[in-house]
Amino acid sequence: MIGLWPVFRRELSGYFTTPVALVFIVIFLFLSGIFTFQIGKFFEAGQADLSAFFTFHPWLYLFLIPAVSMRLWAEERKTGTIELLLTLPISLPAAVLGKYLAAWAFTGIALLLTFPVWITVNYLGQPDNGVILAGYLGSLLMAGAFLAIGSCISATTKSQVIAFIISVVVCLLFMLAGLKEVQGFVSGWLPLEAVQVVGGFSFLTRFESVAKGVLDLRDIVFFVSIIATFVAATAVVVNMKKAE
Amino acid sequence: MISIRNITKRYGGGSASILAVDGVSLEVGAGEVLGFLGPNGAGKSTTMKMVTGFLTPTSGTAVVCGRDVVEDPVGVKSAIGYLPEGAPNYPDMTARSFLDFIARVRGLSGAEKKRKVDAVVERVHIGGVLRQPIETLSKGFKRRVGLAQAMLHDPPVLILDEPTDGLDPNQKHEVRHVIRAMADRGDSGRAVVLSTHILEEVEAICTRAVIIAKGRVLVDGTPAQLRAMSKYHNAVSVTLVPPINAAGEPVNLAGELATMKWVAEVEDQGVRHVPVSPAGPGGPRQSCTLLAKGGRPLLADVTSLAKSRGWTIETVSVEAGRLDDVFRELTQKEHVRAGGAA
Repeated sequence: MIGLWPVFRRELSGYFTTPVALVFIVIFLFLSGIFTFQIGKFFEAGQADLSAFFTFHPWLYLFLIPAVSMRLWAEERKTGTIELLLTLPISLPAAVLGKYLAAWAFTGIALLLTFPVWITVNYLGQPDNGVILAGYLGSLLMAGAFLAIGSCISATTKSQVIAFIISVVVCLLFMLAGLKEVQGFVSGWLPLEAVQVVGGFSFLTRFESVAKGVLDLRDIVFFVSIIATFVAATAVVVNMKKAE
Repeated sequence: MISIRNITKRYGGGSASILAVDGVSLEVGAGEVLGFLGPNGAGKSTTMKMVTGFLTPTSGTAVVCGRDVVEDPVGVKSAIGYLPEGAPNYPDMTARSFLDFIARVRGLSGAEKKRKVDAVVERVHIGGVLRQPIETLSKGFKRRVGLAQAMLHDPPVLILDEPTDGLDPNQKHEVRHVIRAMADRGDSGRAVVLSTHILEEVEAICTRAVIIAKGRVLVDGTPAQLRAMSKYHNAVSVTLVPPINAAGEPVNLAGELATMKWVAEVEDQGVRHVPVSPAGPGGPRQSCTLLAKGGRPLLADVTSLAKSRGWTIETVSVEAGRLDDVFRELTQKEHVRAGGAA
């Protein structure tokens, strides 16, 4: 994986040399505040945990993560820098992984900056900080899964707008796969086992327990496999589409 | 240093496939500056993209510094400095951080990285703009940053896709100057390949020219050899003033010159009137251009003919041949042939 580190470093610092980082982080913090305190009724609930905070993360990520992932490859293809990047002495997996990890690290930074919420809850009560840590880890993993999907879709197009819209739709499908409505829809024409498989892909169902602080190994394996699959798919798509 | 072996690229499959490069083979040695010429869509860029490992050849391969691009793409990439078409760069980065990034990817670090970056900055003269984001630079400076990126690690092989395209004449001149300086570093024995469709560029910097069209190599020779293929090679242009002979009669210049032994064709520019100017007296001038049969030198014959007829020659010039003429003839002939076949 020679070259992964420089690519990672360039990509990550790229967020901070443009207003992208500032806008994203401010909006992310603002919205997570609204969700937690206004809609999630954090104070009214009177419980010393962050479930009100974590419950809305899938919905926050649904729109914010595709905004980060849309430029990953679409921009390189549009400006032609993909040719520069892929004729440097680095392997394709290193380039794909370096860029992906940078985007993930960036969302991780945004997530870390929500620490005032954690301070607040510790000031007001005695929460189980292990549960909160598990919530953060689960949230980071889910962000990674959204990013991997978005990265793969970004590689299919030169247009960041198209990458954004398709990513939102695909991420929405993954999120809602477990809902009664979706299950009812697919059960009409799929066998029961297949319906359960579709339901198993539901980010929302899996994250429900994570928000309550239960980070099951199966959920970790699920999110990590989604990440691995879509990052590998990104490399395949980049290789296929680079000539266009 | 570069050995391209029967390299072929076919886009798409089935009946809709396009044969972009059709079995190109070339050897480029150390110290050579090879100009890759051809009309747009001839396959120049595709060939370069395969040699640099960006595209995978459909068949055939290229060997650069002993490494096969199909088997060891990363090895080949580390031996090459490559400027892709349009000199793409990351517009948000400053020139300095961009070059630092390239240096790091190329495995340089610490003092060596600093030394190499400083050296290349010096060589392409971008010291004054290092702290500026690349998007704020003029086109000429952007191109120089692109060249710096390609030359940073002192590669034995330099591949430049249309390095001067879209620049103004001054910027073109500067970029050519940099490329020539790069090639002239004789101690290291570098091989440079550059594509262009500007023929003066080939004359200015290349030691060898290859013309390709429809994905195939048409001609491979020195610029002088190419020029010798022009029908204007050794052509002589003559201007008489005044266009009368010693007896005061009008001269049938074209007719008389056409009788000469080694003249293939006479292009008669006729008589035109020149106003009085500091450069000379006004009045009628008569001009002709003689195309030489087999490129034979004609000047001696022309001057002796003029002496025997009592003509006053105002100017006479010998042409070396016109590259764009050769280029047009070769590539259009190919075009007509292909069109006729289809």
